[in-house]
Amino acid sequence: MSVDFDEVAVEDVSRHFGRRRAVSRVTFRVSRGMILGLLGPNGAGKSTLLAMLATLLRPSSGNIRYGALDSSARASLRARIGVLGHDLFLYPELTARENLAFFGGLYGIADSDSRARTALERAGLDARRDDPVASLSRGMRQRVALERALIHDPRLALLDEPFTGLDDASTEALLARLRSLRDGGAIVILATHDLDLAEGLLDHALFLREGKVIQAMAAPGGLRATYRHVIGRS
Amino acid sequence: MMLRAIWLIVRKDLTVEVRSRELAYTTLFFALSCVLVFAFSLVQEGRAADGVGPGVLWMAIMFAGNLALGRTFERERQAETLRALMLVPAPREAVYLGKLTGIVLLLALTEAVLVPIVAFLFQAEMLAHPFWLISVVATGTIGFAAVGTLFAAMLVRARSRDVLLPVLLYPITVPVIIAGVRGTVAIAQPEFDAEVVRFWLTLLVAFDVVFVTLALWTFEPVMTD
Repeated sequence: MSVDFDEVAVEDVSRHFGRRRAVSRVTFRVSRGMILGLLGPNGAGKSTLLAMLATLLRPSSGNIRYGALDSSARASLRARIGVLGHDLFLYPELTARENLAFFGGLYGIADSDSRARTALERAGLDARRDDPVASLSRGMRQRVALERALIHDPRLALLDEPFTGLDDASTEALLARLRSLRDGGAIVILATHDLDLAEGLLDHALFLREGKVIQAMAAPGGLRATYRHVIGRS
Repeated sequence: MMLRAIWLIVRKDLTVEVRSRELAYTTLFFALSCVLVFAFSLVQEGRAADGVGPGVLWMAIMFAGNLALGRTFERERQAETLRALMLVPAPREAVYLGKLTGIVLLLALTEAVLVPIVAFLFQAEMLAHPFWLISVVATGTIGFAAVGTLFAAMLVRARSRDVLLPVLLYPITVPVIIAGVRGTVAIAQPEFDAEVVRFWLTLLVAFDVVFVTLALWTFEPVMTD
């Protein structure tokens, strides 16, 4: 069954690991055609929040809604969610094309091999498509990993530190890709420490610290100054 | 979707293994070392006591299987690809069955080398009834790997997974190993009794059905959080 949604609503969500509270009573909404940034220091709860949005973790309390669906419809929701994690989620022994075709197949794409080729062309890696991922540079692997996350044209793209290991040209290409995702009607949520790159890209920003939302901003500008002010103050 | 996902995962595991050959070599080398050590110890004047060969065979399968299970999931842990498998819309049961099939095929390869060597070194008449032998070894391997795949996946994030896997796996799979050993001993008897072998084989099939069903039932919840 193919599902779709126009909005993701996080309602009073908390997540505990034993006695440690990783995310505490977080609430926000994000709609199609928006890029939301999760900003905060290490341990702020950004990755935990992304894991809950990806349906990998259940909230300890609260609710996450994807349009009219809640996260109990996990299997069908996963077909519309793409995740780029801290780790690359790629098999080093397989080639870039094989990795993308494998995951494309698992997402139910009929001609996953040709989709993989197209994705690698878009990532500028066509010449290296039959090289094992282990032989690619960190930046190239990151680009393959991004294409893996987006191979099935997800409605919701969740990206954890997507700029890691990218050179200037690749960073520019990624920024352009994220903007095209937004223009195509995707919901993009990214966690990043790179405030300079996030500047001008984000439509909304959530500043997190110790699992709590310290401040939410629409169309943020001057992120670094705001971050220093908000995070430092708390 | 289910069958396609299983096939994709099995094909991926086999492709990775053909390129690295890591699991096949280590599992086979380890199993052969076990068999040789026992052969030097237990074979006197070219003969071993009745039933020793099947016992050594299953012990080697058990140890080698534990090694293969640990390494298969260690591979998935290193680049967090198991997490990626948990993110796809394919049923989680397909992920489990794909991994299980890959491990069973790998162990089958090891057993194909191991069985003739055990039969030769221990002078065990196991190869006289190939249909029954293949049935007993295959069902025993499936039962062992069914539990092992579930536990190895569950423990993939545990710090002491290498210690915990055999601690959990061996006690639970003891009935499978006993039935496997007794079934193989019955096959190796000079006076072959099909009824006895059928009894142990039926027991192994029952274990397989129970273990695979329980694993399919529990895989989704244990892998979600």
